Amino acid sequence: MTTDVVRVSVPRAGGGHDLRAVKVVLHRELLRFANDRTRIVSSLVQPVLWLFVMGTGLGTLVRGSVPGVDFRTFMYPGMISMTVIMTAMFSAGSIVWDREFGFLREMLVAPVSRGAIVVGKCLGGAVVATLQGVIILALAGLVGVPYSPGLILTLLGEMFLAAFTITAFGVTLAARMRTMQSFFGVMQMAIMPMMFLSGAMFPLAGLPSWLHVLTTVNPLTYAVDPMRRAVFGHIDVPPQVDAMLNPGVSWFGHRLPVVLELGLVAAVGAVLLAVAVAQFRRTD
Amino acid sequence: MSARAGDLGAAVAVRGLRKTYGKVEAVKGVDFEVAPGEVFGFLGPNGAGKTTTISMLCTLATPTGGTALVAGHDIVTERDAVRRNIGLVFQDPTLDGYLTAEQNLRFHAELYGVPKDLVGDRMRQVLDMVGLWDRRDGKVMTFSGGMKRRLEIARGLLHSPRVLFLDEPTVGLDPQTRSAIWGYIGKLRHSEDITIFMTTHYMDEAEYCDRIAIIDHGELVVIDSPEALKASVGKDRVQIQTGDDERAMVLLRERFGVEAAVREGQVTFAVPSGEEFVPKLFAGLGVPIRSVSVSRPSLDDVFMSYTGSTIRDAESSGTGNQWMRAMARGR
Repeated sequence: MTTDVVRVSVPRAGGGHDLRAVKVVLHRELLRFANDRTRIVSSLVQPVLWLFVMGTGLGTLVRGSVPGVDFRTFMYPGMISMTVIMTAMFSAGSIVWDREFGFLREMLVAPVSRGAIVVGKCLGGAVVATLQGVIILALAGLVGVPYSPGLILTLLGEMFLAAFTITAFGVTLAARMRTMQSFFGVMQMAIMPMMFLSGAMFPLAGLPSWLHVLTTVNPLTYAVDPMRRAVFGHIDVPPQVDAMLNPGVSWFGHRLPVVLELGLVAAVGAVLLAVAVAQFRRTD
Repeated sequence: MSARAGDLGAAVAVRGLRKTYGKVEAVKGVDFEVAPGEVFGFLGPNGAGKTTTISMLCTLATPTGGTALVAGHDIVTERDAVRRNIGLVFQDPTLDGYLTAEQNLRFHAELYGVPKDLVGDRMRQVLDMVGLWDRRDGKVMTFSGGMKRRLEIARGLLHSPRVLFLDEPTVGLDPQTRSAIWGYIGKLRHSEDITIFMTTHYMDEAEYCDRIAIIDHGELVVIDSPEALKASVGKDRVQIQTGDDERAMVLLRERFGVEAAVREGQVTFAVPSGEEFVPKLFAGLGVPIRSVSVSRPSLDDVFMSYTGSTIRDAESSGTGNQWMRAMARGR
């Protein structure tokens, strides 16, 4: 052979290299998402059904007890969370898919830290879920939520944080799963109760104490509440209705500030991320 | 280009490498060295320990005992250094079918930190080599099994590894693609400064290797060039057709001290080096010879003589599984 060979030499591991790995894993998530229109549409069906069918139906039932506010406005932040959570879990589940179809191996034999791959995956899931949430954000006007830039930015930030934590949770689950079936089984088992207990579907005020305890220990509660507070801060609601629909989360009689709630979500996300990285560091 | 550790010594050096899974000893302490630039084949039936050994050398499995250096780096203590210097092509596909061929390669280049200004040229080169440059924008899921394997080989070479590991690179492929892949491997050893370490259970493919190691039940049975291995088994078989078979056999005994018999209608006998014997035969037999054929012992004979079974018998259950698995993944 007379042709010149382009010879590349691969650098030693370092921060810059790990950053490239994070970016490319994230980039792949976005490519996969953009190429999969079925997924984009199908993951919208559930929240839209909840919002416009259940929301309208329940709304007529409770109209008398919550005057001055559309029940769908109450459900709206819950449905944003639901969309974000579902999309984030699906992204995390693609790790199981990658394992089944071998691509995970390609990532795990590369000379990069496992941490870079897991962080890239979690960021990818978070970005994709946020993008999916943007579609629900666009529906705000239909349920009486104003398109205020401040509100949109706040919701985007809160969506991203929730999505990152949920993806980290999903990756932790996916780390040991061998088949998509088992992952989705476990995911349903974990996500449904967390959704029900998060305040996404019904207000958390005046619950029986056992239910109240469960909602307080559910990390998702702290992701949903800041979004609801943001939405209710931008609409006019009579005070007694606000107290009923937007009670916040209280510890020992004190209502938690939004910053603390978001801090909790971030802390849970960081712990889950560390667990996920540790699981992928283990080899046989 | 800076000097690399691999230039200083063996491309792969293995000492007492062992791996046990629970009570099963998959690899029972193997020793061998592979020289830089060599095409080295690991030959054995399925379940002999080939894949386990290759997994340890690629840092995918931690050895239970022993050490190994790949491209001059320890597989346990310098895992990332080993990974930077090796390319891998596995038995099962590890491509993302939803991405295009180019996107798969770009992903790999980023993951391996290939300098950005070189990615384009290098990618073109490896894709040209396997004849997939025109298909770079095609989604991998639309590719045939052979194209996928070729793409994996291209990807394994993208970061200019010192050692390319190929685990059963031709399993489940049609004969045409198999020979194409051997063509690339042949080209590679000329165009790139690379060592190739492969496993196979096809005897005919082992012939392409500079040296082969036969592994059976987790142990290295023998290691040598295919020629030397075949020579070690014994003699070549010579068959001649003559004008007078009876007289030819008598003369063979008298003049060359060779015992012959009639097999398949021809005078058949065994000598240590058939090619060298034939000219002497023509000069000295004194009976007209109409045709002659010399056959070497095959690697099947070699395998048989070292392990006591043919490779097909040893793995008769295994190939079926592998085929099923290839089918299941082909969707």
